[in-house]
Amino acid sequence: MKRQANIACPQASFAWVGLLRSLTVLVLVFIFAPTASAHPQKGEAIGFLNGFRHPISGLDHVLAMVAVGLWGAQLGSPSIWLLPVAFPMVMAVGGMLGLMGVPLPGVEYGIALSAILLGAAVMFEVRPPLGIAAALVGFFAIFHGHAHGTELPAGQSALLYSMGFVIATGCLHGLGIAIGTLHRWPWGQKFLRVAGALVSMGGLFFMWRAVA
Amino acid sequence: MKPVNHSRVPLYAFLAFLLLMYATPAEGHLNTTGMGPIYDGMMHFLMSPEDLVPVLALTLLAGLRGAASGRRALFVIPVAWLLGGLAGLSAAAANPHPFIAAGWFLLLGGLLAADAKLSLRVTTALAAFLGLYHGYLNGTGMGLFETAAVALLGLVFAVFVLVALAAALVVRLRAEWTRIAVRVAGSWIAASGLLMLGWAVRTR
Repeated sequence: MKRQANIACPQASFAWVGLLRSLTVLVLVFIFAPTASAHPQKGEAIGFLNGFRHPISGLDHVLAMVAVGLWGAQLGSPSIWLLPVAFPMVMAVGGMLGLMGVPLPGVEYGIALSAILLGAAVMFEVRPPLGIAAALVGFFAIFHGHAHGTELPAGQSALLYSMGFVIATGCLHGLGIAIGTLHRWPWGQKFLRVAGALVSMGGLFFMWRAVA
Repeated sequence: MKPVNHSRVPLYAFLAFLLLMYATPAEGHLNTTGMGPIYDGMMHFLMSPEDLVPVLALTLLAGLRGAASGRRALFVIPVAWLLGGLAGLSAAAANPHPFIAAGWFLLLGGLLAADAKLSLRVTTALAAFLGLYHGYLNGTGMGLFETAAVALLGLVFAVFVLVALAAALVVRLRAEWTRIAVRVAGSWIAASGLLMLGWAVRTR
């Protein structure tokens, strides 16, 4: 009866077949659709540039890392190179813990506090012994690394992503050191103190946001 | 009324066209440069950071230790790489273990960052192990091709050139800040190794 009805109304049958074909094609197109790459950092870690972008995408991290470079430049040798070496190494330990799922309490507070204290150290040109300065920087690096590690998704190219991530961190320290070379001039010393104050204020803002 | 004849040929042709449009590149073999197996081997090394970075780290470390260590690395790494590769050509394909790959980054990057005062003998042993291990892994992947031995030669040549250039650059560094810059590069390599280790644990 149904076939008879179709023969009786061939145009309706033709529309039905056309709809089925269109749906088949649509399903196939969706099946073979490639991955959307609009938000790679939230989906998967796929390369050097994504890793490079990660540390510079958060102002709280940027402030603290630049402050490490500024402080190192103020303190002079050997802090100028020891602090920027210590930070990425210890940060990677924190990142490893975050990737492994080892919990660390108060990460956001630690990050905000790092900006406050490192900024204050630059502002007041604090000159502690090298060991204490390295320990302070290393302590806060754990929090920064852990936050990054927790945010990082499992990806296809851990190597390239990790390298991009670490090199970007190092470049931020390098930026801080480059700005810190102004320290040789009196006006540059004042400039650095103001920069330290700004970093501290930024840290206070992030602390307020973490608490609120 | 004349019945409508619905031929399926256009539909199948259209589906085949769609499938061909979405075809992805085959990744079962080396990326070819179009310039022959020698260049394919060279490009394989230069485009593989998991091979390139440990070699660079060891070369920089040997360069920091002086001309004798640099010269030893220059000849030991490529020869060990070639021997490992030849052994791997006839072996079944093997993938680098992520923990071992991370371990090489950590070890060599850490030694470089610390400016470890390695003896010539230890540097030689490290160079031999590194060359044999990575060469073997390269060989297992290349063994599927007829021109594998030629590509392996190209790869070893690229290793030789990289070691020669990097070691020569570092050996002649005298200014303190330049040597520190090399050590900073080592700390970055080690830090990458730590993250790779965490990643390897997470994805297992």
